[in-house]
Amino acid sequence: MSKSLNTIYIPAIGGAALVIGLAYGLANRDYAKDKIQRLEDRVAQVETHATTHAETATGLRAQLAQVEAEAAEAVALAMSASLTEPAPKPEGTYGLGRQALPEEIAAWDVDIRPDGTGLPPGRGDVWTGDEVFADYCAACHGDFAEGVDNWPVLAGGFDTLADKDPVKTVGSYWPYLSTVWDYVHRSMPFGGAQTLTDDEVYAIVAYILYSNDLVDDDFELSHENFAEVAMYNTDGFIVDDRAETEYPIWSGEPCMENCKDRVEITMRASILDVTPADGEDQAAAGHSMSDQQEEVVIMASTTAQDAAAPMAAALDPALVASGEKVFRKCASCHMVGDGAKNRSGPHLTGIMGRTQGSIDGFSYSGGFQTAANEGRVWDEEAMAAFLTKPKSYMAGTKMSFAGLRNEKDIDAIIAYLRSFDG
Amino acid sequence: MDEMLKAPSRRAFLRGSAAVAAGAAAGGAAANGADPLITEVQPWASGLGDGVDATPYGMPIEFENDVIRRNVPWLTADPISSINFTPIHALEGTITPQGCAFERHHSGAIELRKEDYRLMINGLVDRPLVFSYADLERFPRENHVYFCECAANTGMEWAGAQLNGVQFTHGMIHNMEYTGVPLRTLLNEAGLGAAGDFADKWVYVEGADASSNGRSIPMEKALDDVLVAFKANGEALRKEHGYPVRLVVPGWEGNMWVKWLRRVEVMDGPVESREETSKYTDVLEDGTARKWTWVMDAKSVITSPSPQSPITHGHGPLVITGLAWSGHGKITRVDVSKDGGITWEKARLGKQGDSKALTRFYLDTEWLGEQWLLQARAMDETGYIQPTKHQLREVRGENSIYHNNCIQTWYVNAEGMAENVEVS
Repeated sequence: MSKSLNTIYIPAIGGAALVIGLAYGLANRDYAKDKIQRLEDRVAQVETHATTHAETATGLRAQLAQVEAEAAEAVALAMSASLTEPAPKPEGTYGLGRQALPEEIAAWDVDIRPDGTGLPPGRGDVWTGDEVFADYCAACHGDFAEGVDNWPVLAGGFDTLADKDPVKTVGSYWPYLSTVWDYVHRSMPFGGAQTLTDDEVYAIVAYILYSNDLVDDDFELSHENFAEVAMYNTDGFIVDDRAETEYPIWSGEPCMENCKDRVEITMRASILDVTPADGEDQAAAGHSMSDQQEEVVIMASTTAQDAAAPMAAALDPALVASGEKVFRKCASCHMVGDGAKNRSGPHLTGIMGRTQGSIDGFSYSGGFQTAANEGRVWDEEAMAAFLTKPKSYMAGTKMSFAGLRNEKDIDAIIAYLRSFDG
Repeated sequence: MDEMLKAPSRRAFLRGSAAVAAGAAAGGAAANGADPLITEVQPWASGLGDGVDATPYGMPIEFENDVIRRNVPWLTADPISSINFTPIHALEGTITPQGCAFERHHSGAIELRKEDYRLMINGLVDRPLVFSYADLERFPRENHVYFCECAANTGMEWAGAQLNGVQFTHGMIHNMEYTGVPLRTLLNEAGLGAAGDFADKWVYVEGADASSNGRSIPMEKALDDVLVAFKANGEALRKEHGYPVRLVVPGWEGNMWVKWLRRVEVMDGPVESREETSKYTDVLEDGTARKWTWVMDAKSVITSPSPQSPITHGHGPLVITGLAWSGHGKITRVDVSKDGGITWEKARLGKQGDSKALTRFYLDTEWLGEQWLLQARAMDETGYIQPTKHQLREVRGENSIYHNNCIQTWYVNAEGMAENVEVS
C-alpha cells in the first residue's frame, strides 16, 4: 500500500510531470486523478508563463497538495475496503457439524415458555415442597424463603417496588411462574443443579407459591394447572422506552460554559467507607447491586433449646414441644430465651403480657410504635390474630411472614413463648 | 485499607512530597547532586538476567502486582456467584489484558475442554445441528474489538457516592479483540427457512455451566453483529471468560455474552428466563420495571487522576486520561470539566473511536495544586450526550441497579489525592 501511495505523492510534490502509472482495480482509486492532472498542468503553465505569477503558482501548489492528500486518503480507504471484508455470507452451507439427534435435543432443550410450553408431566404439593425446600433450599433461602445473608429472598416484599429499597421476590416481582420452574429445574440447588426430579421441582415451586400467599396449603401444582396460576407482577414491566423517554432529552449541542451557577459537593464516598481493602474481608452494610435485603441472621437453634429448660408448670409439655418445632419458622429472625437479642426481628423473651412494640433498641414499624403509645398488650387473642395474618393485624409490619394457617400451630407457639416467662 | 487506598498516599508522600516542595524536581536526585542510579554501575547493568524459558508463559513483573482484579465482598453472598472488577485505574490504551479483565460468574468458572465442547443449534431451523470446537474453526471468521460491560457497572452508585475507586465504580468492563464466527453463519448452516418471517423471531442462547444463564436475543441482532468467539486478544479465551467458546453481543449488556455457549435455539418469542425478568430489569421510581434494556448507553470516566491513581508528581504538566464507550456505535467526542460541570473543554481522543469499543481520551493540562471537581462527558455518533446522575434519577429514580451511565465526579484536593463525590 505504501508503495502505491508513493507513486502518487512523489512526482506531484516534486512538481514534475505527473506519472500516475498504476491502474487500480477499483473506481475509488482513481478518485481525484483528473483533478490532480488539471491542477498540475495549470501549475506548469503558470510557471512557464511568468515569474509575476509566482504567487498564483504557490497558491495552486497548496491547492494541489491538498487535493493529493485527499486522493491518498481515498486510495487508502479504497484499499482497505477491498482487503478487509466481513466473513463471506454463504449462498449455501459449508456442510459442517452433524445432525442433532432427537434425544440430544430433548436432553438440552429444557427451557420453559411463559405459557408453560416445555413443561414435563408431573406434580407436587405444598407440604411435599415444604420438606424438599427444607432439604435443598433453606440453607440459603431460609426455611420460609425469606433469604439468609445476601442470598435471594424468595417470598414477601409485596408493595415495596416503589420503595427506596424494593424487595424483589418471586411473589413481589417475578412476572412469570415458568421462570421459577425453569430456573429451579435447570440451575438449582446451588452446587447440585439438575439433580431434582421433575416432581420435586413442582413441589418446590408449589411451596414458593405458598410462601408468597399465592396458593393455599392444600395446593398441588402440576403441568395441568400450571397456566392457571396468576402472578402478582405480571403486568409490572414495560419494554425499554429509553429511545422515547431519554435519548431526545440527552442530545443536541452540549453546554460548554456557565453551565451551572455553582457546584457543591453533596456526598462523599469516604464518609460511607465501604470500599474494600486488599487482604481483608470487610463486611460493610450498604446499598448493593444484588438487591440485598435487610440482614437476616439465623439464630442458633441450640440457644432456644437450652433456654427452654425452665418450663412453667402450668403449660402442656407436649404443646410446648410442638411449639418449639413450629418456632423454627420464626427462628431466622427472632431469638427467645436467656440472652436472646434483637435480630432482624425483636427478641421474644417474656413477650406474652408485654406491651406491643416495647423492646428497647428495636426499630419498629409505625404501626407498632402507635400500639406501644396506646399501651396495647400481647395477650393470647392479639398474638393469635397477629400470627394468623401478620399484615392484616398490623398494617405495615416489617415482618415478612405470611402467617400460620393452623390454629394448633398458633396455640403451640404461644405455649412455647410462654415457657420463657420468668 | 489499606494496601490499596493508603498505598498511593504513602507513595505520594515518599515520592511526591519532595517533588511538590521542590516544584517538580525531575530526574529523582538531581537536586541533591548526581543520581547514583546513573553514576554508579547497577547490578542489572553488570550481572545477568533470566534466560528465555524462565517463564514459558509470562506474567507481569512483580512490581506490577497491584494491577489485579478486585472483589467487593459485601456485594454478594458467595464469590462463586459474584463479580470482580478490572483495574482500569492502572491500565492504558484500550485493550484489556485477559488476566485482569473482570469476571462475573453465576455458578463459578467451569473447566470445559475443547474436546468436550458441543454447540447445538435447534428450534425453528431446517436442520438441527451439533458443532464440535474443531467445526467452529473451519467457518470463515472475523476479528473485532468490542467492550463488554456488565449492566450493573456503576450500579452501587445510584443512591450516592459509595465506592472510592474507579476500579469499583466503573471496573465491570473490559475491551478485547475477539476472533470468532458470526452467529448468522451458524444459523445459516442450520437453515432459517423454518423460521419464516424474522420480524417476530428470537434466538435463545444458553451456557454449559450450572447457572445456564439463558438469554433471549431478537433475530435482527442475532443476524447483525453477534459473534461466536473462541479467541480474545490473540489467544484462547480464559476459563473465567468462557473457554473455549463464548458469545459476543456487541454494545449490549454483558449478561447476554453467554459463556461456555452450548445451545442456540431459534424461537417465536422470548423465554423470559430468570436473567431477563427477575434480574437485568430496571425498576423505575413508580415500581414498574423496564425490561429488554439491552443496549449500554454512552458513558465515560476519568481513570487518572482518580482515587486509586492520585497525582503524585507535583505541580506542572499533568495528563488527565480516561475511557469512553457507547453500545450505539462510535464515540465522537469527550469533554472534561475541572469545576464540576460549570465549564467544559474538549478532550483529545487517543484515536478515532471504534464502534462499540473503548476509546481512550486525554486532556494534556497543568496542575498547580488547585482543587478540582473532575468530570468527563461522552458523546456518541447518534448525538447522545452522557447524562448527569441527577438527570438519570429524574427519569428513573434510584432503584434501577442496572444501566447507570451517569457522569462521574472525582474531587482532587490540593495534595493531588482524589475522592469519589457527588455534586449539586
